[in-house]
Amino acid sequence: MTESKLLIKDKQIVVPGEELAQGMDYLPSTGSYRDANSIVSQLLGLVRIDGKVIKIVPLTGQYMPKRNDVVVAQVSDVTYSAWSLKTFSPYQAMLSMKEATSEYIEKGADLTKFYGIGDYVVVKITNVTSQKLIDVTMKGPGLRKLRKGRIIKVNSNKVPRIIGKQGSMVGIVKQHTLTQITVGQNGIVWIYGEDPKMENLAETAIRKIEAESHTDGLTGKIEEWLQTEVKK
Amino acid sequence: MSFKKRPDGRDFDDLRPMEAKAGVIKSADGSAMFKIGKTVAFATVRGPRELFPRFLKNPKKGILRIYYQMMPFSGVGDRIRPGPNRRAKEISMVTEKSLSEVMLLEEFPNSVIDVFIDIPQADAGTRCAGISAAAIALADAGIPMKELVAAVAVGRVDDKLVVDLDYAEEAYEDGPVADVPIAVTSRSNKISLLQMDGEVDKDQMMELLKKAKIACAKINEVQKKALKDKYEVQK
Repeated sequence: MTESKLLIKDKQIVVPGEELAQGMDYLPSTGSYRDANSIVSQLLGLVRIDGKVIKIVPLTGQYMPKRNDVVVAQVSDVTYSAWSLKTFSPYQAMLSMKEATSEYIEKGADLTKFYGIGDYVVVKITNVTSQKLIDVTMKGPGLRKLRKGRIIKVNSNKVPRIIGKQGSMVGIVKQHTLTQITVGQNGIVWIYGEDPKMENLAETAIRKIEAESHTDGLTGKIEEWLQTEVKK
Repeated sequence: MSFKKRPDGRDFDDLRPMEAKAGVIKSADGSAMFKIGKTVAFATVRGPRELFPRFLKNPKKGILRIYYQMMPFSGVGDRIRPGPNRRAKEISMVTEKSLSEVMLLEEFPNSVIDVFIDIPQADAGTRCAGISAAAIALADAGIPMKELVAAVAVGRVDDKLVVDLDYAEEAYEDGPVADVPIAVTSRSNKISLLQMDGEVDKDQMMELLKKAKIACAKINEVQKKALKDKYEVQK
């Protein structure tokens, strides 16, 4: 048995096909696979080594729906008993009547009365099948139809950074700009502020976080920047 | 046996100078430029996205669609009529087959990944440059792949075996010429594209395969660097 050894450092950028480790002591996780005696990357991303587990955090790529994700989606079609939603991923989601509202809906009622085509809604993904059929629900805290405000699209891989630890980053933006913000895991962000100027500022702040997501101590920097901008 | 020196003064095993860049087209999900000598290829990836028409959907895996195209003034002669033609369709097909081998398409059932390869400037070896560019663009789009693919045209000019033919060599008139485009995967070193225009004997072919694998390893280094540079610069 040959000795196991790591061939890369933590947080290093790797490309598909790059060998990450040799030997049976290491385990592949998301974004990596085992090929005989070695572990190989299958994505362009950053390496995260957690004990014996090697994982790749992707730097780019489309949003792929996952169970329990809260996303901002757009109504793209209305059927007899459900709404079909654009999730800004390769797949459509279905929102059934039962999951949409607790109101009584009469048989044959026009569902556009509730959510029309083009409306944005905040939904939670309840199930994703192997064929990528997506079920969503609107029953839960914060899940609702979005009125007023604006929608912006950001890179979905940067969403964890925009939200921050326990919502610290987005909390700071909300607090300083006095706006309401909902960040969907699919990279769709809804911003609404009474003052349009503040709404603009919140959008700029989110774009700034997206652009500088790789830097350390970003929460502090953004807070300082917001404090000076708000005074202007 | 009059072919003793290559027209541009390279050694028989030398590649033309290469340059690659990832993320050149901002609106795309992934993109890349690959330049080898005077041949330039741009690859643009859009997707994975919903597939239409729906009857093309495959519930077991996603499909890869390649659109190869030479731009109107990319050649040295007449204006090239844009749009699909017999040659472009063939190249799109062989490119698709050589790339889908390394891609994990099972992760995107019922969807499509579109890759557009445009050749703004051509000096032979465009299908190989296209494959090399497309591999960078697909990785840049965050699509899972087992490994990268690099491609090069090797061949024979008169009695000499050469690597990376340019147009002057492909059009050499004083002796037989064979042009053999080969694509090689970066890690397992497998051949995912092998075509031939012209004639070579068995020994020459085995020698050419060896040469192509060495050349593709060099191209792969350029590809890797292009992908890493995109993010290293940001740091």
